[in-house]
Parts: sequence; C-alpha cells; structure tokens
Amino acid sequence: MNDMTRPEGKPIRNESGIEIKPLYTAADVEATGGLEMIGQPGDYPYTRGIHPMMYRQRPYTMRQYTGFGNAADTNKRFKYLIANGQTGLNVAFDLPTQIGLDSDDPLSVGEVGRVGMAVDTLADVETAFDGIDLDAITVSLTVNGAAAVLIAMYLAMAEKRGYDVKKLRGTAQNDILKEFIGRGTWVFPVEPSVKLVGDTIEYCAQHAPKYTPVSVCGYHIRESGATPAQEMAFAFCIAKAYADDAIARGLHIDEFAGRLSYNFNVFGNLFEQVAKFRAGRSLWAKIVKEHYGATDPRSMWLRMIAGGGGGGLTFEQPEVNIVRGAYYALIAALSGAQTMALCCYDEAYTIPSEYAQRISLRTMQLLIEEMGLADTVDPLGGAWYVETLTNQMRAKMEEIMADVDARGGIVKMVAEGRVQAQVSAQAYAMQRSIEEGQFRKVGINCYRTEEEKPNVEFHPYNEADAQAQVTRLESVRAKRDAGQVKEALGRVRADAQAGANVMPAIVEAVKAYASVGEITNELIGVYGKYREPIRF
Amino acid sequence: MTRGDKRIKVVLAKPGLDGHDQGVKVVARAMMDAGFEVIYTGLRQTPEQVARIALDEDADVIALSSLAGAHLPFCRKLKPLLESGGLTDKVWMIGGNIPRQDHDELRALGFKGIFSTGAKLDDIVNYIREQAA
Repeated sequence: MNDMTRPEGKPIRNESGIEIKPLYTAADVEATGGLEMIGQPGDYPYTRGIHPMMYRQRPYTMRQYTGFGNAADTNKRFKYLIANGQTGLNVAFDLPTQIGLDSDDPLSVGEVGRVGMAVDTLADVETAFDGIDLDAITVSLTVNGAAAVLIAMYLAMAEKRGYDVKKLRGTAQNDILKEFIGRGTWVFPVEPSVKLVGDTIEYCAQHAPKYTPVSVCGYHIRESGATPAQEMAFAFCIAKAYADDAIARGLHIDEFAGRLSYNFNVFGNLFEQVAKFRAGRSLWAKIVKEHYGATDPRSMWLRMIAGGGGGGLTFEQPEVNIVRGAYYALIAALSGAQTMALCCYDEAYTIPSEYAQRISLRTMQLLIEEMGLADTVDPLGGAWYVETLTNQMRAKMEEIMADVDARGGIVKMVAEGRVQAQVSAQAYAMQRSIEEGQFRKVGINCYRTEEEKPNVEFHPYNEADAQAQVTRLESVRAKRDAGQVKEALGRVRADAQAGANVMPAIVEAVKAYASVGEITNELIGVYGKYREPIRF
Repeated sequence: MTRGDKRIKVVLAKPGLDGHDQGVKVVARAMMDAGFEVIYTGLRQTPEQVARIALDEDADVIALSSLAGAHLPFCRKLKPLLESGGLTDKVWMIGGNIPRQDHDELRALGFKGIFSTGAKLDDIVNYIREQAA
C-alpha cells in the first residue's frame, strides 16, 4: 500500500469529479471561459478577493472554536486564547443549550457542559464575556436550533454593558437548514425553522445592522459527505432560501445581504479547495447582483470563515494532524478567507487541550509572520492550473444549483431527506474507497505504523460541575421577577401564533432572565418539533 | 447458524443529544449491503426508546453510535432496561468516539463489541456475523 506511483492510463479526478491534466497552459484557461470572471481584488466579481489590499490591510481573524463546562471555565479559556494573540472568539455551546433544553431537563443528564459551554439564562452569557472587550474581539456564536435565543442574549448582554447595539459586530451561525443535513441540532420543523432565521435577519437589519445574523455553512455538509463543489453549491442554495424569506418580508437585498457570511471547510486537495473558494466568490457575487439585483458591493461580497478540516484529520497518528492543519491553514490563507479556525490534532479523541489550541493558533500566526501569506493578494492568481480549475469549479457549482432547483429546491429536498440521503451515500462510497485503498489517507491505508500510545491529554468531564450549573439556574429562577417572566413568555407564544417576528419578544424574555428551555418550549408549543425523515 | 434463512436484524441507534450522524449512516449502509435488516432510529434516542425499539423489533443486535462523549451515562441507563426486556443474550455494540479508558467499563456493562473511530466496516459486519449467528 505504500507505492506512490500513479497507475498509467487511469484518469485522475478531484473529489468534485473534475479530471486533472498532467499539465496546464494558457489554452486551458481559454477553453474553460478565459479570465472573464476574474476581475481585480476588491472589484466585481471578486474572484481574487473582496478587498483590494486583503491581508496587507487586515490579516485574517483567528477564531478557534472554544467552550466547555460552564461560563466561568469558558471565560478563562477565552482569556487564555486572547492573551496568546487570538483576535476573535468562536463559542462552543453544550448540546442541551444548542437544542433549547435547560440544564435541569431530564434529557440533559450527562450532557451538560460536555461538548461546549452550558447556557441557561442571560446570567451565563454575562459571565462568559466578562472582562472581554466586545469592540476589540468579535464573537461568533456557534448555535443554530436555539440561535434566536442566544443572539437575543448576546445583544442584551452587550447593551447591558453599555455597548451601542447599532454598532455591535459579531456573528451567529444560525444556519438551520444545514443542521438537517449534518450536525443535527434542529428543534422545530423545517418551515418554521427557516421562518425563525428570517426573523433574526429582519430584526438585525433593523436593530443591529452591523451584526451578522447568519453564517451559512457548507462546512458541515462537506463533513457529511458532500464534495467540495456540492459543499459550496448547497450552501448557496441555502443562503438563497434565507434571502428569499427576507425579501418576501419586504426587505431589499441590500438591507441584509452585506450581513450574511459563510463557513466553509478546507480539507482535501489543496488546489481544488483554493479553486472552490475563488470560484464561489465570483458565483455568489453574480447571484446577488444578477438574480437579486443588489447594487451595494458589500451585498455581493462572499465573507467567510474557512477552516476546521475535521473530516480530513485522523484518529491514527494524531500528531500528523498538526501537519495537516498547517496545510489547511495555508489553503484558507491562499483562498482569501476573512476568518480562520483549525480543528486541533487531538479532536478525534477529546475536547482540545490548551496546548493543542495554542499549536493551532501558532500555525495560523506563522503563515502571516514567517511565510509571507499576508504580503500579497491572491498569490495563486494567474496560475493556469488554478484559473482553469476555478472556471471548472464554478461551472460545476452552477450545474449542481440548477439540479437542486430542478428537483424542487433545497428546502423541499431537505424536508424530504433527499440531500441527506445523497451525501450519506457519498460518505459511504468514500469510506469504502478509503478502506479498499483507492482514496489514500496517510496513516489509515498507507504508511501505517504500529500502534503507539497517542500523545493526547483527555479533557475531564465532571458530573459535579453539571450539578453546579443546575444550582445556578435554580438561583437565577429564584431571584428573577416571576410575573415579568410569565408575561414575556406569553408574548413569545402570542407573537409566534400570530406569525409575527418573535425576536422582539425573545429579547424581552431574555432580559427578564427567562431560560433557553422556557423560551424554546413556547416556540415548540406553536411550531411543533421536527421529525427526522429516515431515508437511505 | 440455527436461525435458518432469517436475516440478522440490527437496531442501530443514536443515543442522547449527539447529532453526528455521518458515521452511523455509513455503518447502516454497510450493514444493509451485508444483508442485515437495519432499523435506524434517527437522532436523540433516550435509553427507554432504544430498549423499546429493540424489544418491539425483536432485534438480534443493538448497536449505538456515540461521538459526543455521553456514552457511559447512557449505557449505564440502557443496560438494566435491556436486561429487564429480556435482551441480555442479544449482541450489544457501540461505536464512535469511544476513548480507550472507557472500554473496560463498557464491556463490563455488556457492550462487548466496541468499534472506535478508525474501525473498518468489514470488521463491524464480520463481528455481527460471528456474534449474532
């Protein structure tokens, strides 16, 4: 299995299905559409980057995904990362919080604080960001099913600390459609879930215009088995579904599109990923300009976090993941990402240690400080291979998007479980291909070593901490004004029943210290719960 | 194999709140390709639900997929429920992100087939063929 030669006569294809030639020339660029879609950095259609000076003016934000235990534990880790030069925060919540359960819910037993920080009420959010300058450090909330409540809590916390919400920056993931495809933190059925995303877009456009209410994620669709071209095409279909909802409410595309962002994956073939990002940037600009009639350039910018790469990391020989992570960071930097994060080498084993987080952070820093990645814009631009592949990836994405439209649109396909079935069939084919040795993974099907004890420090989980979180929730409940909470929750339900935007009512409820679970239950009472279609 | 031509029936479940289902769906497809009958529960199953489905379906194999770390508290609750349902002689398995230091306790609880990240599909299928025969 360790033979590196390529079998003769057998075509080499990237994961998106594009055949790779042994050599590219200017003729290949011409044959695939030339440089018509390239433009200059900062100019439509933004293939080379959304800003003229890119990292020369502002290096990518470094935002490791962090959160565990309770808000106080997480606050400490945030401060550690900031002290080590991290420039943004990306908050991990525990599963009960993510799906709208309180820490004392029977379904939360064993899960409180396990894979992220437990949040029950505004009091936890206040603790989590205590002492952190929210103007200097932008915060991204990785939450979807309960996103409306967590956005409300974040805005309320900032307002309470004296920040002007009209100027506050930050991001919520809040991309529920992809949760039905992968990741699985859905709560409500598909249609009210999309409506709720629309509520947050509309509310932020009016009240927090600098806040990014949605970060549309190709990332998890890729993790679930999509190819790089599908990852981006499906994400654009999903972004269009949210945009259509916002427009149906009477918003103009330029009132909100500039505050949408994206989250994409970086594992796999380096050139395919770079071409994916360059192609995607121009395709999204074209959609927003031509399909939606935007005139503000900001609306057309594909702003993104690119990173992670969990699907490419291995359980075997975990230290090799540090090297993979370095290449993934290189891909993101070569692709003009606004923000970067890296999965840590120990993530197939545990919640990353401080040590592992620091290695990831240093990886991103050294590209800027030592390797010259921030010196010039789009350094791969003009390479015949990269330009050809960029044209081909764009054509592939357009083809996939047209296919989704022909099959009834992304919302319908997701509700029926058809995207899920498609990507999981591909994940199975890929796993078989890896196990049979056709798709090479170092340490898995080639260059294996005798098993050694991995150099991984396990993150502890403590049931007593979970109990302490329940006690904290009880003490907040005891102190708050019960009448005010009841009234606020009643308004959440009434507004949901009336089909109104529920965000103003949720904001009032969180300010009264209503809990994530209490607010979510009011919404479930109106919207119902999602039932997963099982389809193979 | 005394079961004659009867297909091996597997109840494949996602315990707790964990939403990572790429792996479990891959395993489900491998089991179906191997000719097993697979009842996949979908996400967010409680121990009570898993035990109920295993009993109702008369499963030969009860297999769990857990990637978010809550496998021990879940299996501790599931064990007595499977036992009181008379499913002690069935094959109990678990796969996913299962740290090595938890394997002994899981085996002691009765989850003898443990397939951590990196396990091969054929090994999972062969284990079931041997144990459920």
